[in-house]
Amino acid sequence: MFQSDGPDYLLCSKLFAQDRRNTHTDTHPCSFIQLSFSFRVSQTNLYSTRSTYQRDIKCLEGTAIGILSKDGVVLVGEKKVTSKLLQTSTSTEKMYKIDDHVACAVAGIMSDANILINTARVQAQRYTFAYQEPMPVEQLVQSLCDTKQGYTQFGGLRPFGVSFLFAGWDKNYGFQLYMSDPSGNYGGWKAAAIGANNQAAQSMLKQDYKDEITREEAVQLALKVLSKTMDSTSLTSDKLELAEVFVLPSGKVKYQVCSPDALSKLLVKSGVTQPAAEAS
Amino acid sequence: MESIFGLVGDGFAVVAADTSAVHSILVHKSNEDKIMVLDSHKLVAASGEPGDRVQFTEYIQKNVALYQFRNGIPLTTAAAANFTRGELATALRKNPYMVNILMAGFDKEAGASLYYIDYIASLHKVEKGAFGYGSYFALSLMDRHYHSGMSVEEAIDLVDKCIIEIRSRLVVAPPNFVIKIVDKDGAREYAWRESIRDASVAAA
Repeated sequence: MFQSDGPDYLLCSKLFAQDRRNTHTDTHPCSFIQLSFSFRVSQTNLYSTRSTYQRDIKCLEGTAIGILSKDGVVLVGEKKVTSKLLQTSTSTEKMYKIDDHVACAVAGIMSDANILINTARVQAQRYTFAYQEPMPVEQLVQSLCDTKQGYTQFGGLRPFGVSFLFAGWDKNYGFQLYMSDPSGNYGGWKAAAIGANNQAAQSMLKQDYKDEITREEAVQLALKVLSKTMDSTSLTSDKLELAEVFVLPSGKVKYQVCSPDALSKLLVKSGVTQPAAEAS
Repeated sequence: MESIFGLVGDGFAVVAADTSAVHSILVHKSNEDKIMVLDSHKLVAASGEPGDRVQFTEYIQKNVALYQFRNGIPLTTAAAANFTRGELATALRKNPYMVNILMAGFDKEAGASLYYIDYIASLHKVEKGAFGYGSYFALSLMDRHYHSGMSVEEAIDLVDKCIIEIRSRLVVAPPNFVIKIVDKDGAREYAWRESIRDASVAAA
């Protein structure tokens, strides 16, 4: 049983899978959510090879893209409209502010994500309480991934079915973008995608990303990639969320969510959609 | 009796402390170093209950080291001072440490700084500070002679003034002092000011 031809983390994942369910697929209590666990080493991405313990939640999971630029970090997310009866929330669904200098985008089971977002916020405030300084971004990501990892190691509990993109700024390393998966793996990225079609988005980003990209260009790129990888045909502001982390001239870190109106204008500007008047 | 004091100069901070280990009316030794080099760019001068002083400063030192191992970046002086204050504050309502601390450090961003932390967990960023009986003289002298942007020579001169005043005016004056300094090149011992040495006894 302990003989494995793969690296250690694969062994752990396999043990976990055998221990808990004797199969690689499982059905969520909500029968419409199919969780498929696949253990494999994914293709080389922008930075590194990472082990993917990936959980695809079909139909429900929107894509989220993060791009690091020299003057800020951009997060774009697709809001899935599952039913036309569903009231769209006025606040953001996929983007969450963790602290003044860190925000995240979510893909996966939202109820799980809420728990993790709460712990992340608590961690960030605990750090500020102890040191009277904002928490370094990587430390925040790491503390959250430690929590996630814990649920992959012990039997009896299911892991958090959430991937995150973290965008932030700190005084040591400036702007940063991190991606984490349900197994608790994380890495720093220049551009990354999570959620549905993340591999297609990732390869497009790999092709089009350039170092020295500006924040404005990053927004354009993110919208372009999202429009091409989304299942729905037309990209409209009510299906999208755009948030940016950047530093104001005063030196203060700003998390800004783009308003639907501004987003509509951006979509037209980037040529992803036609102006509303022409479309009708 | 115990005297620790320190001040911030131009690009450096200096702290001095007496080196007497006293119990009741007896002086047990006069070369006890009460200034800890916390990490590469931090100094902690502490006065108070000797056991608490050693236990608490080592506890802080090891936690600061642990932070650096875990995160790959050092704590800033401000963060370390706030952490220290927090530890004193949580201990205060359980089993308080009777320790007063002057923490000096140098950061790339903030430059040299000095923090005053007392045993009831109050924290102040100061340019000059002192604890113990010697503080009556050290504070007065620094009020009179301190100015911002002092050079190392001026600062050491002021420290020496304080030491001389403590030795000549305090009934229970400690004989020896140690002076340490921290600047962009790190924290280190600067000098000792000794008026007596432990008597050496010829082997019988």
